[in-house]
Amino acid sequence: MQTKLHIDIIATFLFLCIATLGISSVYSATSEFGVFSLFEGRSGKQMLFLGIAIFIGLIFLLLNSNFFELFSWPIYGSVMLLLVAVLFVGSDINGARSWIKIGSFSLQPAEFAKYGTAFAVSTLISTIGFSFSKKSDVLKLVIVILLPMALIVLQGDTGSALVFASFILVFYREGLSPMLLVFGICIIAIFVLTLIYGSLIFSAGMIILLGVVFAFTYTNKKMLLPSILIVVLTILLSLSVQFLFDNVLQDHQKKRIQVTLNLIDDNQGAGYNVNQSKIAIGSGGWGGKGFLNGSHTKGDFIPEQTTDFIFCTIGEEGGWLLSSGTIILFVLLILRLYHMANRAKKKYKRVFIFSLASILFFHLTINVGMTIGIMPVIGIPLPFISYGGSSILSFTVFMFTALKMDASRDEDLTSEF
Amino acid sequence: MNFRFRSYYIYAAVILIGLVYILRLLEIQVLDDKYALIAEKISLRKQTIYPQRGLILDRNKKLMVYNEPVYDLMLSVPIKLKDIDTSEFCRLVEIERPEFDKRLEKAKKTAYHGKAIFMKNVSNIIFARLQERLYEYKGFFFEIRQDRNYKYNSSSHVLGYLGEITRNDLESQEESYYEQGDFMGKNGIEKFYEEYLRGVKGESYFYVDKFGVNKGVYKEGKLDVIPKDGRNLYLSLDIDLQQYGEGLLDNKMGSIVALDPKTGEILALISSPFFDPANFNIQNRSKHYADALMDPTKPMFNRAVSAPYPPGSTFKPIMALIGLQDGAIYPETHFGCPGYYRLGGRIIKCHGHTFNTSLERSIASSCNTYYCNTFKAMMQSDKYANTEAAYNSWRNYLVSFGLGQELGVDVSGEFKGWLKDASFYDRMHGKGSWNYSRIISLSFGQGELGMTPIQMANIAAIIANRGYYYTPHVVHRIEGINEIPEKYRVKHRTMISPTTFDPVIRGMLLVNESGTAAGASIKGINIAGKTGTVQNPHGKNHAAYMAFAPAENPRIAIAVIVEEAGYGATWAAPIANLMIEHYLKPDSVEVSSRSYLETRLREANLIPEKFIRKSDSTSNAD
Repeated sequence: MQTKLHIDIIATFLFLCIATLGISSVYSATSEFGVFSLFEGRSGKQMLFLGIAIFIGLIFLLLNSNFFELFSWPIYGSVMLLLVAVLFVGSDINGARSWIKIGSFSLQPAEFAKYGTAFAVSTLISTIGFSFSKKSDVLKLVIVILLPMALIVLQGDTGSALVFASFILVFYREGLSPMLLVFGICIIAIFVLTLIYGSLIFSAGMIILLGVVFAFTYTNKKMLLPSILIVVLTILLSLSVQFLFDNVLQDHQKKRIQVTLNLIDDNQGAGYNVNQSKIAIGSGGWGGKGFLNGSHTKGDFIPEQTTDFIFCTIGEEGGWLLSSGTIILFVLLILRLYHMANRAKKKYKRVFIFSLASILFFHLTINVGMTIGIMPVIGIPLPFISYGGSSILSFTVFMFTALKMDASRDEDLTSEF
Repeated sequence: MNFRFRSYYIYAAVILIGLVYILRLLEIQVLDDKYALIAEKISLRKQTIYPQRGLILDRNKKLMVYNEPVYDLMLSVPIKLKDIDTSEFCRLVEIERPEFDKRLEKAKKTAYHGKAIFMKNVSNIIFARLQERLYEYKGFFFEIRQDRNYKYNSSSHVLGYLGEITRNDLESQEESYYEQGDFMGKNGIEKFYEEYLRGVKGESYFYVDKFGVNKGVYKEGKLDVIPKDGRNLYLSLDIDLQQYGEGLLDNKMGSIVALDPKTGEILALISSPFFDPANFNIQNRSKHYADALMDPTKPMFNRAVSAPYPPGSTFKPIMALIGLQDGAIYPETHFGCPGYYRLGGRIIKCHGHTFNTSLERSIASSCNTYYCNTFKAMMQSDKYANTEAAYNSWRNYLVSFGLGQELGVDVSGEFKGWLKDASFYDRMHGKGSWNYSRIISLSFGQGELGMTPIQMANIAAIIANRGYYYTPHVVHRIEGINEIPEKYRVKHRTMISPTTFDPVIRGMLLVNESGTAAGASIKGINIAGKTGTVQNPHGKNHAAYMAFAPAENPRIAIAVIVEEAGYGATWAAPIANLMIEHYLKPDSVEVSSRSYLETRLREANLIPEKFIRKSDSTSNAD
């Protein structure tokens, strides 16, 4: 049965806009006033990888629409094998053993792990009879996600491991109790407040809060015991956070968190990147300094400016118009992907596309957030824009897989929820 | 169960994050201009482009002072030395490692305007060696400024020198032109004409990377300022005459000042001993400054304008002019001289000459008695109510000759000399209880009277001009400016009327014809002069002489002092007359008509034993 492909034009257009912006930004960040052309250096490589990725993507479009469902586990399995392999044959770059050298190209399996895991998660959740209330189902999900996370943490790349937290959004969409989200937000709040005010003041505050609440609701005696229990738990958590922070975290990790929370000013040390990044973006003004004219970009003041801090080049040379334009492009793409997920007739496809949208959302939030100083520095790329073969390949292939799944939605007769 | 609605919460979260980020970007990019300012501070550099300082030439357009680049090795701030082969760097700049660290620490502390001095006045060799490898040492760069160098080892007291601006100068400047580390004229011509010589600094703005390496011009150079070179300065000095005089005063302590009486231009201004100006440029000063300061012969002391000497007998023509003008004597007045002047129980000696002395002869043979009588006549004149009034009148004449005040020359260190108020004698002797006898030695140029050589030369010019002078000056022409400063174009008249000068000039001509300086006379030039032998309580007498020539149309007026040399006729007169000959007969540069005199003077070493340092033999060697 041959059905016409309905490739989503809006998503494809948004993707192409963002990818083009990526190439020009990488070119601007590396070229010194046209010392080399667009096709050389990092921008040239970026184009090459994008081309390869789009070529693979086009092949995907021609595949049978059931291909991915059938090969979900083999794909997941092979990515996990790569993650294990990198621990043994990987080469160390910047203190992380995350790369496998193949000729002149360094493959970063962690980038592909998100893609592979999305397949496994989609398969598990779309299994008939799956439920978040079944412990065995939840356990399987947890294992499927924790396995790559653990392997990536072992490589020393905590940032990439954190990305897997974006699957929580997928689970929430698929029926996970919102209490888990609320619980997560509470823990983050306790963590932040403890670090800002210290666990003693935090604890005192909680007790006073309890007293105030109790003073107004003293007639309702039933609430007393649970309230006290919650406060005690909160205080215990706060104390353990303090303990963890003081005794377990490494110095550079502590400093990154403190810098983000504005607890310390360390513009020459841990805060150097963020400070320089803020200066570069902040000096862009309304309309920016112009393409190839970013003095801070040209001056090489920002470390990792083609990869994790590529947003600086956009902000400095394109100003507020281009930087907020970039964010709008991303927001539209993510919303479009969520929309595509929701219109899928098969649960498998919905979960998969939803996973991509959530991972992009997480990357955008963390990456842009750190360059403007409202998120801690976690070294993950800005999708489709940051320089890096693995990142470009995996995200583009991820994108085309989602496009293919969406395009063949008419073939799916059933509509499951 | 359908959880589709939960997607909407996530949509909301995506939109919320997008909005928060866009607003945050609005805050740091548009609303807060702090970041733009910081970015400029970090990546924008201003480089000062130093203009060429104006050249200094003599009156015949002979180049005296020119520029020589000095290289300061600078560090870009913030100082980030990365991947630097420090030991190789130390080898290139010829320092040891601890020295490197010390300089680095100091640079960190003294940084300003995005840069810090690592090493000043790097030699040409180190500059050439390091410059081609500078790219290996990111953060280091050279700043090039202009130091002075000199064609002649001469005229240092006139030229002065440059120096780095001091904190005081920086704070007191009116138009905030100078910056820390700039050079400026500190002394002499360099200081007086700083404004013309310095030019206007230029600026160029460019971006740097984190190592301080130039990454291109800022806004296509719109803010750049092109430097304006300084104006060349022509001095009134005649460098040949100046050097000739310096040769004659070699190994002597003293001074020569020669003026063009018609304009007040200084033709030569010599203070001996002097220092080599090249030793006092920016690069070499530190090596020689202390030595020059410690030298007991005081080579840094500009005797020509700073040292007051009693004029001795050179004062007699002035006393004669005042006496004539004031009516104390007439051109025909004769006084009898028995070889001394008796003042109560005291005797003032005179020299052996004919008894009946005329005005002319009194100058020619330097008769003390004549001037004691003249002075007494003036002090006791019925014109005046008392001695104090007579003294004040006498003093006023001298003030009109430019004595007792700074003339306002453009040579550093001018001193006003000594010329006491009447109140000084009141304090000394009691008011109303002093008369001519207390101050009689003033009449022949001794006592409480002090003239600097330039004042003495100026008096020679006044006599040559028959009653007026222009303030002496060394500026001849400033390139691009039509006129020299106004104060050097104003004619100052004395209180002596022009005709009064005739008998005095006749007397001064006799000095060379048959008087005290006859032995130093120059054939073919009518020189009007007056010798002086100045009593010196600290040692041998100072030899003094003033003159002008040719008498019929004076073109040069000159004063010479040789300290602790003895008779003015023996040492000062021949030097001055040779100078006159040298100036008026440029053809005789090679062979003077008085070559014997010339040789004798050049070779004479008159520096008193007490001023010779044990280490002199070694310091003279270099």
